[in-house]
Amino acid sequence: MKILVCISHVPDTTSKINFTDGDTKFDTNGVQFVINPNDEFGLTRAMWFKEKQAASVDVVNVGGAETEPTLRKALAIGADAAIRVNTEATDGYAVAKQLAKVVNDGGYDLVIAGRESIDYNGGMVPGMLAAMIDANFVANCISLEIDGTNAKAVREIDGGKETVSTSLPLVIGGQKGLVEESDLRIPNMRGIMMARKKPLNVVEPTDVSAETKAVSFEKPAPKGAVKLVDADNIDELVNLLHNEAKVI
Amino acid sequence: MSIIVYTESENGKFKKAGLEVVSYAKAIADKMGTSVTAVTFNADNAESLGNYGAAKVLSIKNDALNKFNAKTYAAAIAEAAKQEDAKVVIVSASADSKYLAPILAVGLDAGYVSNVVEVPSSTSPFTVKRSVFTNKAFANTEINTDVKVVGLSNNSFGLIESGGSASVEEFSPSLPDSGVNVESVDKATDKVSIADAETVVSGGRGLKGPENWGMIEELAEVLGAATACSKPVSDLGWRPHSEHVGQTGKPVASNLYIAIGISGAIQHLAGINSSKVKVVINTDAEAPFFKAADYGIVGDAFEVVPKLIEKLKAFKVANA
Repeated sequence: MKILVCISHVPDTTSKINFTDGDTKFDTNGVQFVINPNDEFGLTRAMWFKEKQAASVDVVNVGGAETEPTLRKALAIGADAAIRVNTEATDGYAVAKQLAKVVNDGGYDLVIAGRESIDYNGGMVPGMLAAMIDANFVANCISLEIDGTNAKAVREIDGGKETVSTSLPLVIGGQKGLVEESDLRIPNMRGIMMARKKPLNVVEPTDVSAETKAVSFEKPAPKGAVKLVDADNIDELVNLLHNEAKVI
Repeated sequence: MSIIVYTESENGKFKKAGLEVVSYAKAIADKMGTSVTAVTFNADNAESLGNYGAAKVLSIKNDALNKFNAKTYAAAIAEAAKQEDAKVVIVSASADSKYLAPILAVGLDAGYVSNVVEVPSSTSPFTVKRSVFTNKAFANTEINTDVKVVGLSNNSFGLIESGGSASVEEFSPSLPDSGVNVESVDKATDKVSIADAETVVSGGRGLKGPENWGMIEELAEVLGAATACSKPVSDLGWRPHSEHVGQTGKPVASNLYIAIGISGAIQHLAGINSSKVKVVINTDAEAPFFKAADYGIVGDAFEVVPKLIEKLKAFKVANA
């Protein structure tokens, strides 16, 4: 089984979110980048398939050279090879198009992506990719088992979960639950040393233009200070929620 | 060239998020000088969507579609959009809508923008405001394709009732192979889901153990709210993972979010930030949640929550 894990290169959760160039660009100054958390759960699940079912695992990112440390980290965790599509990730559609070419060229059976990236939160790349390559697709995937070409997956739905059966080729939008947080792997020294010798292939992009464009960014208006209510005066809270906030 | 809306239902009844997108579509249709056509799957009382702004309903009745399937539903909506020559297709931010929207967008060669929080500021170029960086910012985003798919963030527009009635046409789209088959569904049917809820009551590690969730559930019941929990609580197995809200859990966009015994780690706040009014109850006055909340009580949840339940019950009786 050939697995491709899509790795998004995203600002660490604790990053300060600021914009530059007249609020048209994300300010990367002082920002630390990490593997997108949703992708990290998928990568760890892929390692399980590698170890238990002899799968090969490649990782891919669509982005500039600045994303290579993130791909090297994925190699240090255990992926066999990395691919970087050398172009700026403009929108979800354009990224999905680039990934579709990588999947078709590489003949992958299973593509594991995260349900969304924690920066732009589009949540569209896995589904678009599946539609473009005519593969089956499971969103919000919290469990995945593969037996031959058959797959059994669990999808988180509003208020519960759903167990589905499907088959390869398959794309999933994965998240926490694929593995638990305690199962995530931190690269060890041996992994980091080995990652330096693993292939990181830079491929040139296919010609595609974005369908959407973020023309400007803004931050929410600063929030007023919290109104504290005395623990002995719950009536006041009920009154505020009813008359001021108008939510009850 | 009407606007097409995917109106979700469950067991024949429309979901609130499904009605909200109809009202939202009506606001866009008014701007563009057109009307709203809703697509429904095995739903009852389709004409009632007129009350929320639909002029027409394409009603699909097909037992093969009793269980949601992203691919077949997307194909059906795409066929409806082509039949009506729709330039704009609206879906909600439910798990099912987010599942099918990317497939639908590819099928229609349409640009898709999710997590939209307002009516488009301009329809030419078509520009919408969406939340990004897990609710820490907004991006004004242009969709440059002929057909556009817009995913509306739940509870960001609200319901607008006009008292109208919609004409209903039967619609029988051709369906592709589903590819993914539902084996079983595990869902509490008697509870409001986090995605549908207007109010969410959420508990954290401050509640000390799963045996203390009775008062959380009682408070939720009084408010007609969904119950949720913080990540440590789901990691400890006190509550199911489906209740975990935050960055790696479910996003919350309720009107009222009540956090009890939750300190407010940045990953938690990221997931609940788009809730409109936030109330925190915590013993620690220094808990970061107080900086993010609108109302707060510094106090012991085991004393405050039972009193709050009592007061809210009295309030409900007085305002019934």
